[in-house]
Amino acid sequence: MLKFILRRLGAALVILFGASVLLYVLVINSGDPLSDLRESNADNREYLMQQRIDNMNLDLPWYQRYWSWLTGVGKCFALQCDLGTNRSGVSINSLLELAASSTLRLVLLATLLALVFGISIGILTAVRQYSGLDYGVTFATFLFFSLPVFWAAVLLKEYMAIGYNDWVREPDFGPVQIIVIAVIAGFLMQVFLAGSMRRRIITFAVTAGFFAAALPSLTALEYFRNPQLGYIGVAVLTFAVALSATAMAVGVKNRKVLYPALITAALVSVVQVALYNVFVYYMNWFIMIGGLALAAAIPWFIGRSMGGRYKGIAAGVSVATGVIGAGLTVVDHVFRAWPGFLGMKPRPIATIGSQTPNFGGDFWQTMLDQGTQLLLPTILLTIISLASYSRYTRASMLEVSSQDYIRTARSKGLPERTVIFRHAFRNALIPIATIAAFDFAALIGGAVITEQVFGWKGMGELFQTGLREVDPNPVMAFFLITGTAAILFNLLADIFYAIIDPRIRV
Amino acid sequence: MSTMNDQKTPSSGDVYSLAEAEDARLIKEDAESLSQGQLIRRRFLHHKAAMVSVGVLVFITVMAFSSIGFAGLPGWWGKTYLDAGTVIDGGRPTLSLIPTWLGGDGIRWGEYPFGQENTGKDYFALVMRGTQKSILIAVIVGAVATCIGAIIGAVAGYFRGWVDSILMRVTDLFIVIPLLVLAAVLGQIAGNLGSSIVYLALVLGLVTWTGLARLVRGEILSLREREFVSAAQSMGSSSGRIIFKHLLPNTIGVIVVNATFAIAGAILLETSLSYLGFGVVAPESSLGLLISEYQNSFTNRPWLFWWPGVIIVAIALSVNFIGDGLRDAFDPRQTQKRSKKRKAKANA
Repeated sequence: MLKFILRRLGAALVILFGASVLLYVLVINSGDPLSDLRESNADNREYLMQQRIDNMNLDLPWYQRYWSWLTGVGKCFALQCDLGTNRSGVSINSLLELAASSTLRLVLLATLLALVFGISIGILTAVRQYSGLDYGVTFATFLFFSLPVFWAAVLLKEYMAIGYNDWVREPDFGPVQIIVIAVIAGFLMQVFLAGSMRRRIITFAVTAGFFAAALPSLTALEYFRNPQLGYIGVAVLTFAVALSATAMAVGVKNRKVLYPALITAALVSVVQVALYNVFVYYMNWFIMIGGLALAAAIPWFIGRSMGGRYKGIAAGVSVATGVIGAGLTVVDHVFRAWPGFLGMKPRPIATIGSQTPNFGGDFWQTMLDQGTQLLLPTILLTIISLASYSRYTRASMLEVSSQDYIRTARSKGLPERTVIFRHAFRNALIPIATIAAFDFAALIGGAVITEQVFGWKGMGELFQTGLREVDPNPVMAFFLITGTAAILFNLLADIFYAIIDPRIRV
Repeated sequence: MSTMNDQKTPSSGDVYSLAEAEDARLIKEDAESLSQGQLIRRRFLHHKAAMVSVGVLVFITVMAFSSIGFAGLPGWWGKTYLDAGTVIDGGRPTLSLIPTWLGGDGIRWGEYPFGQENTGKDYFALVMRGTQKSILIAVIVGAVATCIGAIIGAVAGYFRGWVDSILMRVTDLFIVIPLLVLAAVLGQIAGNLGSSIVYLALVLGLVTWTGLARLVRGEILSLREREFVSAAQSMGSSSGRIIFKHLLPNTIGVIVVNATFAIAGAILLETSLSYLGFGVVAPESSLGLLISEYQNSFTNRPWLFWWPGVIIVAIALSVNFIGDGLRDAFDPRQTQKRSKKRKAKANA
């Protein structure tokens, strides 16, 4: 395995090297780096030109300039990266540090969300092939494929952000709005849950009735300005997660799996009350990540030790319950911080920038600030990459579903749930891993447009300015990040293959 | 299959043996046998989404090229995209599709169907000009990318060995640079060559061939082991003849389907680049350029933003659906389940 990985890594580095030469040559030949100074009327024109020539080493031939860039990058292996300077002599390292964090946050979040939703939608449409849901989703994915990012972004800004911000000042629903929302929600719910006509009608009536009753009462309670989940809400939802995760994995009759999940849920319910003060007063990212790790590790042990014959599944279900429970606790605290946040930032959903300038709040308020700034670009990137994931998952699931071993699994009487999730889905994941690996790097490239529309000072900005000024170093820094990401994720995909498919043991 | 037998057997009541019945059935089926091309055409014509898309695409293309004229030929639309004029009614579009009995203004075309922009230029003419250019770029990109991809893939797959290694490493090289980045750099270079859209289109074609090259190579790798290739080789055909006369025609399905998807991708790529300022530059025009010029007028004159966007979506969506229809037509394996289900429904 190690030899295989090393060989792949070596080949990838060679390709990366070749691509960097190609890009470097193309960028420095894409225009005249001095054009703006040539046209300027400044008195010290000659001096400015000479300064830029010195900064960019324009008096050297291209291979010497490339070589000095390459040796700077080579120092990365000694953890002393030197990515050169831009044309005015500012070090790229510091520029990239600022830019990369906001861009990677955006792209990682979007990829994660797109993978989760895309794969779920793909499975659902494959299981219900040629249903109304399938046709509807197929049309929607084709539409998303065909959407120009910059155009959709302006629409999102206009209708979602500005519309919501206006609305949240005085949240209110008119009777017509309530009826329309209730009918749409009921319709969508019956499409998703499907079943016989009778069942569909019942689903529709229950959902529509729920929304028709909930919207006015929530408005009356000022829920939209002052949302609450509370201890009880978190506890109830966590137990619901435990039950549904068990039901999805093996069914609630399996006590070996059900009990660890329920114990985890109980533990989450107790801990969220016990740690209330920590959450409110002493929260930081370190505690957050550590807490999430514990919320995964402890349930894992519970599941392993109590699961018996089903210890793998029990551990998985418990971990899911623990992590989602912890997530719900976080959501609860975000809700608690929301009224104060609205006071600081009356128009919450931002259309410009990656954070509000001069925003001084506590941990939760800062998180909400960054979250609301991140919301629109994330939705946009998620929608666009979701389309391809769901199509690939669907195709791959359909391909797998026609295999003999699926028929065998069905004919030996396994429940449909087991057939789909344990036999079909695992095998369908293999091609998706490859696509996701390539997609991540492409998405950083695609984020250039998103950042431009939303006015982020991210890597897209770095790249665009660099290219416009015919300044190779910023462009190469951008390429270095995407290229490394491409290699890294391809390696991860290779390792992932070996885990999910025992036949691939190189 | 069983239903078919049920229908046929009564007609062959006077035959003596099972074999003769079978022969009679085969002869009868032969009467309606179809060639491969006919089968594909028939499957494609039955794909509803694809047929609707063909209609939409033809409509948009004919509108774009006939209305304001193309390459010196005059069009039927009286106004040009150059003439500024007085802004009438805030430049609001006069196109109306809601009939009077529904409370609208009646179905009419009006003086300025798509409205006017800030200086009073007719926006319909501007949008049609942008559409023309965008379609032209997409078609050229699709053609160039398809040719390069098919040839590189076929040569790599046919010769294998070191030729294959080198060509595929070159392909990887192009893949590892994000498409938008490479396209933007080359777009800027093309902009320096001249403002003609042809340069941009050719350059974009140079970077979008990689996916097709990989697919064609895969197909050729399995095709080259077939008997007809050995036969051609033993008759002394040159490599070029084998590749172009024997191998590539057999991969036409993959090529055609991917060419359509390449066109849809090219439309979006070109509009994105023009939006960023690395693609089509004034005085040329394209749909992406129109959006980036008028995006700030969204609150005052939203139609300046809506029309080009809607047309981009319409073109990309219909080309994607046509591609989907072609894929189903060339490779019906994925759709077999549907036809079975339909037959079962029809029988029940």
